[in-house]
Amino acid sequence: MALAFDEYGRPFIILREQESKSRLRGLDAQKANIAAGVAVSRILRTSLGPKGMDKMLQSPDGDITITNDGATILEQMDVDNQIGKLMVELSRSQDYEIGDGTTGVVVLAGALLQQSEKLLERGIHPIRVAEGFEISSRIAVDHLEKIAHKFDFSATNIEPLVQTCMTTLSSKIVNRCKRSLAEIAVKSVMAVADLERKDVNLDLIKVEGKVGGKLEDTELIYGIVVDKDMSHPQMPKQIEDAKIAILTCPFEPPKPKTKHKVDIDTVEKFQTLRKQEQKYFDDMVQRCKDVGATLVICQWGFDDEANHLLMHRNLPAVRWVGGVELELIAIATGGRIVPRFQELTTEKLGKAGLVREKAFGTTKDRMLYIEHCANSKAVTVFIRGGNKMMIEETKRSIHDALCVARNLIRNNSIVYGGGAAEISCSIAVETAADKYPGVEQYAIRAFADALDSVPMALAENSGLQPIETLSAVKAQQIKESNHCCGIDCNDTGTNNMREQNVFETLIGKQQQILLATQVVKMILKIDDVISPADY
Amino acid sequence: MITCGVEKLFKDEATEEKGERARMASFVGAMAIADLVKTTLGPKGMDKILQSTGRGHSVTVTNDGATILKSLHIDNPAAKVLIDISKVQDDEVGDGTTSVVVLAGELLREAEKLVGSKIHPMTIISGYRMAADCARRALLDRVKDNKDDAEKFRSDLMRIAMTTLSSKILSQDKEHFAKLAVDAVMRLKGSTNLESIQIIKKAGGSLKDSFLDEGFILDKKIGLGQPKRIENANILVANTAMDTDKVKIYGARVRVDSMAKVAQIEGAEKEKMREKVQKIIGHGINCFVNRQLIYNFPEELFADAGILAIEHADFDGIERLALVTGGEIASTFDNPESVKLGHCKLIEEIMIGEDKLIHFSGVEMGQACTIVLRGASFHVLDEAERSLHDALCVLSQTVNDSRVLLGGGWPEMVMAKAVDELARKTPGKKSHAIEAFSRALIAIPTTIADNAGLDSAELVAQLRAEHHKEHSNAGIDVIIGSVGDMSELGISEAFKVKQAVLLSATEAAEMILRVDEIITCAPRRREDRM
Repeated sequence: MALAFDEYGRPFIILREQESKSRLRGLDAQKANIAAGVAVSRILRTSLGPKGMDKMLQSPDGDITITNDGATILEQMDVDNQIGKLMVELSRSQDYEIGDGTTGVVVLAGALLQQSEKLLERGIHPIRVAEGFEISSRIAVDHLEKIAHKFDFSATNIEPLVQTCMTTLSSKIVNRCKRSLAEIAVKSVMAVADLERKDVNLDLIKVEGKVGGKLEDTELIYGIVVDKDMSHPQMPKQIEDAKIAILTCPFEPPKPKTKHKVDIDTVEKFQTLRKQEQKYFDDMVQRCKDVGATLVICQWGFDDEANHLLMHRNLPAVRWVGGVELELIAIATGGRIVPRFQELTTEKLGKAGLVREKAFGTTKDRMLYIEHCANSKAVTVFIRGGNKMMIEETKRSIHDALCVARNLIRNNSIVYGGGAAEISCSIAVETAADKYPGVEQYAIRAFADALDSVPMALAENSGLQPIETLSAVKAQQIKESNHCCGIDCNDTGTNNMREQNVFETLIGKQQQILLATQVVKMILKIDDVISPADY
Repeated sequence: MITCGVEKLFKDEATEEKGERARMASFVGAMAIADLVKTTLGPKGMDKILQSTGRGHSVTVTNDGATILKSLHIDNPAAKVLIDISKVQDDEVGDGTTSVVVLAGELLREAEKLVGSKIHPMTIISGYRMAADCARRALLDRVKDNKDDAEKFRSDLMRIAMTTLSSKILSQDKEHFAKLAVDAVMRLKGSTNLESIQIIKKAGGSLKDSFLDEGFILDKKIGLGQPKRIENANILVANTAMDTDKVKIYGARVRVDSMAKVAQIEGAEKEKMREKVQKIIGHGINCFVNRQLIYNFPEELFADAGILAIEHADFDGIERLALVTGGEIASTFDNPESVKLGHCKLIEEIMIGEDKLIHFSGVEMGQACTIVLRGASFHVLDEAERSLHDALCVLSQTVNDSRVLLGGGWPEMVMAKAVDELARKTPGKKSHAIEAFSRALIAIPTTIADNAGLDSAELVAQLRAEHHKEHSNAGIDVIIGSVGDMSELGISEAFKVKQAVLLSATEAAEMILRVDEIITCAPRRREDRM
């Protein structure tokens, strides 16, 4: 332990209660950190690629999640180790930024760490290793830019987008119907995309799931699906050409928010108040009716009497609709959210061609479909599936696919998947290494080796001989100078990824390499770990 | 290489199981669940007693797969997946909750053998997928659809109901109950809203005394001093406060400074209630049903006016009553001319067993109806209700999707035959998985025979031979204990149920197979305040 003494020989206290803290310094600290990082990436390694396996996670409450989405696995894992948490962060930031490739980024970071350990053992200073990695990541990113293809798509020709989404979906459990799901994802993104500005607001896509039925029943609805039903059982179940009043005020007796007291002390007051109350309800409903609304969607509850009045005046209503859904409905129907009855006007009403209630299964489950909206810029992906875990996993997969489609709209460059891009980068980095004088050269070579580990993991998971396959593909890439050669995971007989239609987005790949390098650099720079004592 | 630091990767109590161990853990858990419910399968299946850990240690006797699994406390994650599919099957089609778990269990059992002989789980999955698809097509080829022929369709429904009920406690009187269920469902006219079929359980009598009432029975008493029998009733169905009708606006409250004023306000309140009652009476009704309580005072007023007032009919009761009588559920009473009233020919108090109930007969709309179940004990009644519910669910789904299959292990044999043929045609390792799928399918008739105490090996072999001929109708006749013609015996099942069983079992097996690692988080600690 580090101790310092003053002129009288008394020790200064630098770390409080330092005896009870465990401390690792120097190479030991780096090695421990690397080991932890590698351990996390090992868990994810088997989930990579179309033949990757799933993980089953049991939450503290006993709920089960089955997934092979890297970000989800790491998020639900009870990681206690600091470095482990860094890896979790890494995958999360890939998820936020790109939405796909969350497993790959962790596997890459793990491989980099593994390589750096070897270098550290040779006595190379961690900072030099980190710098070498930095240089090589730049080389790799530039190289990706070079080998990337631009591909054309338009509102009518969405086939290339569908192909890319299918690559994403093929590693998930839903790959049974990846074609239809990819189409749904692309169509929904295209529906909300702003092709001029190349921007997509994914908030406009609602992903709703309901247990039951089969995965093939999953559908895209150009409109909104709300998990609610009409407030009164006898209201009509289907409304055509609905004019929707979207309210955030309850059909209930008003309660002013400021502190107040209305005291009833005479019979007259009692009676006037009573009359007022009756009139109030009547006014509320009448106001909705007056502006021509044929459907009321309200964020709050209804009083029994108001409910009946609505029913009586033939004004169907839905209550307890969540805030987010309310916004979506407003966007889709082109209506305005109205906070007070007084402010209701005809212009503020939303319009929808068809609103209908649909029942599912044998229980009382009903959902409200709002379709043919005035502004079809909000869509819903409605997922069906055999069980709860399936629905959840499908939701995650669809989310990934949506993100991929969005990224492509933002930037239509693609690289080839199946490890092809990594192999090509590895070759480029390897050749560049020789030009660097100094110790960094070693680090750059190590980086190239680390890049190879992604296709290696792919081959391993697909039941191929990893080293044999990789070297064969690598040789082919150099000989034919063809960047499209990758690992043939699906046993289709060709390893030309262009023929197999396996694409990934350029920004996704670049982000993976940059993020992984950054985290590894960060881990390498730590040379002292002080952890509090165990309780 | 990885030694230090790894032990501390997870939090203290979190555990991790990898590779083979993880797969073993999920196989074992899933198979244990499947074996647990296996003995309840088929007409000769046995029941289970479930004792709750809650207060009173209440006991449930059942052979409904979903009910059994729902009440289990399971820690094994794979087992939870199976429980979930059984629950979904229950929600979605209502029947086949046991079959789906047994089939998924068998699929995993076969998969375990394959994994043991070094076949990769992904290969097994792709084989299972092909097999499931093929099996579904085989079923589709052999379905019958009698939708156009009302007479035949009804007999189909009868057969399905009888097949469903035959594995339940009601099997003795299955004909009687099947008729009840079919009648009830036919009244729904295609709607799947089973809520309009009310099931009232009354202990006493025997199961045979159960009956379907075309009218509506409300399990409530008639207020004192009010007529016990009304002919040509006009009914107002309401959901309104008939106790103290508070002034809710502006959060007003009563604050007075003298006794006299209290009395005045009370008088005003009473006046208000009287007015309300007058308004209600002004609708020209002679029966008033309210969801909420009716206090003595308004009740007295109603009695004075000769109106039958029924209080505290809960939500379901109100909604059904509104459905049956065609009235609307009212909460305000200012426009008597436009409120739709319900009508019925006769309201009277009837006795079932020792209880008095209110019976509405000759109602306008025939959608809703009531089934009164009688039986020796509450356990019997509960189980009878569950069984009947299963039958009703299946029937209501069949009305919408009228495709029908034969029962008694017939569909499984048909599927197994088709899948076997596929296996022969498929090159590669997948064919092992496809073969295994067909073995798993055959396990269902085997279990049915085993549960009936029959020689399953002999019977299934015979069945296979029978099915080798084109268009065989052979299945297991549990009663005689031999192979019989299912169409002659009148054993049918709904296509929708079988399809759901097939698809969700395959889906669940696939999910469990794909797992190669189980990470269990530390259980959430209970707070000490418990």
